[in-house]
Amino acid sequence: MTTTAPVPPPDASLLRPRPEWPDATGHFGRFGGRFVPEALVAALDDLTEAYEAMRVDPVFLAEFERLHRDYTGRPSPITEVPRFAEHCGGARVLLKREDLNHTGSHKINNVLGQALLTQRIGKKRVIAETGAGQHGVATATAAALLGLECVVYMGEEDTRRQALNVARMRLLGAEVVPVTTGSRTLKDAINEAFRDWVTNVETTNYVFGTVAGPHPFPAMVRDFQRVIGDEARAQVLQREGRLPDAVLACVGGGSNAIGIFTAFVPDEGVRLVGLEAGGDGVETGRHASSITGGEPGVLHGARSYLLQDANGQTVESHSISAGLDYPGVGPEHSYLNDIGRAEYRPVTDSQAMEAFALLCRTEGIIPAIESAHALAGAVTLGRELGPDALLLVNLSGRGDKDVETASAWFALGEQTAPTDEDDRAVEAGRGGDPGAPLGDADATTVQDGDAL
Amino acid sequence: MTVPPSHPGSALADRIGAARAEGRSALIAYLPVGYPDVPASIEAMVAAVEGGADVVEIGVPYSDPGMDGPTIQEAVDVAVRAGTGMADVLAAVSAVAQAGAVPVVMSYWNPIERYGVERFATDLAAAGGAGAITPDLIPDEAGEWIQASDAAGLDRVFLVAPSSTDTRLAATVGACRGFVYAASTMGVTGTRTTVGDTAQVLVERTRGVGSDVPVCVGLGVSDGAQAAEVAAFADGVIVGSAYVRQLLDGHGAEGVRRLSEDLAAGVRRR
Repeated sequence: MTTTAPVPPPDASLLRPRPEWPDATGHFGRFGGRFVPEALVAALDDLTEAYEAMRVDPVFLAEFERLHRDYTGRPSPITEVPRFAEHCGGARVLLKREDLNHTGSHKINNVLGQALLTQRIGKKRVIAETGAGQHGVATATAAALLGLECVVYMGEEDTRRQALNVARMRLLGAEVVPVTTGSRTLKDAINEAFRDWVTNVETTNYVFGTVAGPHPFPAMVRDFQRVIGDEARAQVLQREGRLPDAVLACVGGGSNAIGIFTAFVPDEGVRLVGLEAGGDGVETGRHASSITGGEPGVLHGARSYLLQDANGQTVESHSISAGLDYPGVGPEHSYLNDIGRAEYRPVTDSQAMEAFALLCRTEGIIPAIESAHALAGAVTLGRELGPDALLLVNLSGRGDKDVETASAWFALGEQTAPTDEDDRAVEAGRGGDPGAPLGDADATTVQDGDAL
Repeated sequence: MTVPPSHPGSALADRIGAARAEGRSALIAYLPVGYPDVPASIEAMVAAVEGGADVVEIGVPYSDPGMDGPTIQEAVDVAVRAGTGMADVLAAVSAVAQAGAVPVVMSYWNPIERYGVERFATDLAAAGGAGAITPDLIPDEAGEWIQASDAAGLDRVFLVAPSSTDTRLAATVGACRGFVYAASTMGVTGTRTTVGDTAQVLVERTRGVGSDVPVCVGLGVSDGAQAAEVAAFADGVIVGSAYVRQLLDGHGAEGVRRLSEDLAAGVRRR
């Protein structure tokens, strides 16, 4: 420790005025709240109190800012992608590069805050749930950095889909517990993490990965993630002298989307567009579009839109993207949808993978498949808005973890060098458009009028 | 000792009070509807009553039972996959009432919200149900349920936990009607070798808020000896996973009846 008193950064995201929601008990209109066993209420109250004290503490703010800068590599840059934008009806497209953060996604922003909070409340053990593994990797990273014991719950199905991230977590010293109940994906990992927490709450803090769950998680995770939008808004204003026409982000639980939306919520002229995972198509019933294709209900401690059947049972979600494969969504998104401040559209697996390939080939950036949903949204929205439009897309993560999934999708496994043959193999993949080489401006199959 | 008529017309408080008048605790058995199938689950509930259960907690199967351990999860998963719904639950309620015990529904909140809170209250009362236990609904979020249960004359049981502050204990007890569910240990459902002191401390703290609503203890009791231990300080002994274990192990209604007999003797031991 130095002897000089830490000075909080004057533009710290956590000190900015927050939206009027949620209310003091965590309600975003009719959404949010706390639907938890009584045994967890004391821990949630303690966490709320400790967080509210911490977020205005200059010592914490200085440390959080230092980690953002020296460890994560913030601020993340804005990259304009003109060759990609040729496929977006002439609109200009700017990417917020959260993929360049340490650990490869926006998840680190939240985890550093919650790990510091864990230290502050004197607990030595953290648990986390993870779908794609990005939040698990980020939590394992922060735990290693701060010397905390770390246990990550991950659906068995996801440990298979995201084997690379399982190995990364173990290298970082975390214990990864494959969850074999229910659908063996993210929702079941969350159930198991809650069971651990209710049993070990005296020693353990639950580092929740998204803007869902019981109060205070949706508001707290939003506050930790809003740095994305605070930075991006200033960056776009500085380089363009104007705000973007639309801000796009993928939505599973919705933390990267809330992170980039929050700064723009008061800017009424800026459209906020969340892209949900449409899987095989919302009409097929095999999707993860909770707002587009679900109804309000209670899951994992909060009321929000969710995929459920007539008996109120959670319906299994489907998406090529493990990180979006979740049947619920954060309550603030449900609220933003209902008040009309944000709009939510589904993107199918095929559309997302097409945008994934497009960004790889036109810009030399391999996006996470999650983020590729937001890119697909930009292709459609750009065509709707036309040549003068300025789109800001949150590139929430990088695609290293998805190389295997993408290779299988595009049937690239046998290929040794990129050739025209590869292009044809790509198109022969599940979502491809046979006969149209990638990189041709007219070739993408994401058409105007699609369900995006 | 006088019978505690804390809530006139509360079927649960009356039955637990009647047990207390006999100088014993009430035996409350939990079983989920739909395992191994709907008819066999109802048969098991009736057997639990015949073996000596005073109250049956009729479990509504739910896809995401965050408070349940592996035993109940395994059974409930089968029931969910078979499409067990509220109509099956209401049939079980009627059967338990007919068998002579007090039926109370145990449900995570979403199945009730999905069915419609008012509709649930009306239909449950019509089927002869006493009320509902809601493990993931705290009184803070229960406005609609409090209104609907009052209108239908139903009991509502919320949980208290060792971690509950005194303020929360008082508020939760104040919102309960029928009994208060004291979740004895921090954790999920499942049998335990010891029930421990935390249960007794929690019961004493709950009584200390000055209400005469009965306090029943759940989480961990599996046999007559443990039931006797808990009966020494609680108004009711709640047993769940041990009943479900009988069915998972293939002992059927007969196993459930035998377990009930053992537990019923336990709650009478002095």
